[in-house]
Amino acid sequence: MIEMSWIYGLLGGLMIGGAAALFLLVNGRIMGASGILGGVVDGTGFSTLAERLAFLAGLVGVPALISMTAGAPATHLTDNLILVILAGLAVGAGTRMANGCTSGHGVCGISRFSLRGIVATLIYLAAGMATMAIARHLLGLI
Amino acid sequence: MRALFAFLAGGLFGAGLLVSGMTDTTKVQGWLDIFGAWDPTLAFVLGGAILPMLVAWRVATSRTAAVLGTPIPPKPEPLLDRRLIGGSVLFGLGWALAGLCPGPAMASLSYGGMQGLIFFCAMVAGMLIWHLAQRQLLAKAT
Repeated sequence: MIEMSWIYGLLGGLMIGGAAALFLLVNGRIMGASGILGGVVDGTGFSTLAERLAFLAGLVGVPALISMTAGAPATHLTDNLILVILAGLAVGAGTRMANGCTSGHGVCGISRFSLRGIVATLIYLAAGMATMAIARHLLGLI
Repeated sequence: MRALFAFLAGGLFGAGLLVSGMTDTTKVQGWLDIFGAWDPTLAFVLGGAILPMLVAWRVATSRTAAVLGTPIPPKPEPLLDRRLIGGSVLFGLGWALAGLCPGPAMASLSYGGMQGLIFFCAMVAGMLIWHLAQRQLLAKAT
């Protein structure tokens, strides 16, 4: 049985990959969300600031336009602000420490058969699944 | 030109994240919840995103530079260090707790409510904390 959300997933995935391909072939850049933002946040990417800010403007602005015209999808993010803050801190520090997240290591790294990208993806998937097993099924936190 | 195409790539990335359902934290947490009601959508998203990038990397490696003149980023050395592994563990932990990674956190800023904004701010803070901690470590080492 094929569910609609899988088809939307595949379609959205093709758009994400298309965006990464465009950014690579036209701008010569790796489309990694944490790296593009991180370089703005800590100043290490100031030499390419305009390009980074333009990318981020598209990333925030286009979904804003879509959600205003077609309706906003629910994010179902937890109301537990302590959990939200802890998770945000871990995602921010972890992705900068590892030099990449799901888009950089995952989409761009795996597709060029980069060992670092493949290993990073396997590790954050395993860590995520272990966290989910402990936090949801053992502790009942999420 | 660089900024224009960066905006287009960012916009397509954001639209793809919205369409794929990846800004819905229950979909991401469902994918990580292998002991619960497992949701395979993320596999379709990642698979769909890797397809265009497989082609893009083939094209990229046959050229010396991208269309706008930037050299194609070289493949990183296959170095698996403590930073890559530790950072990926930390990222996976935060990813599971909230169900958001950096791309979707930014794509959903306009419709993710106050919790989404708080997650984004914590993520930026995490990036800064890592940056400062790393400088401290470097200063100690020399």
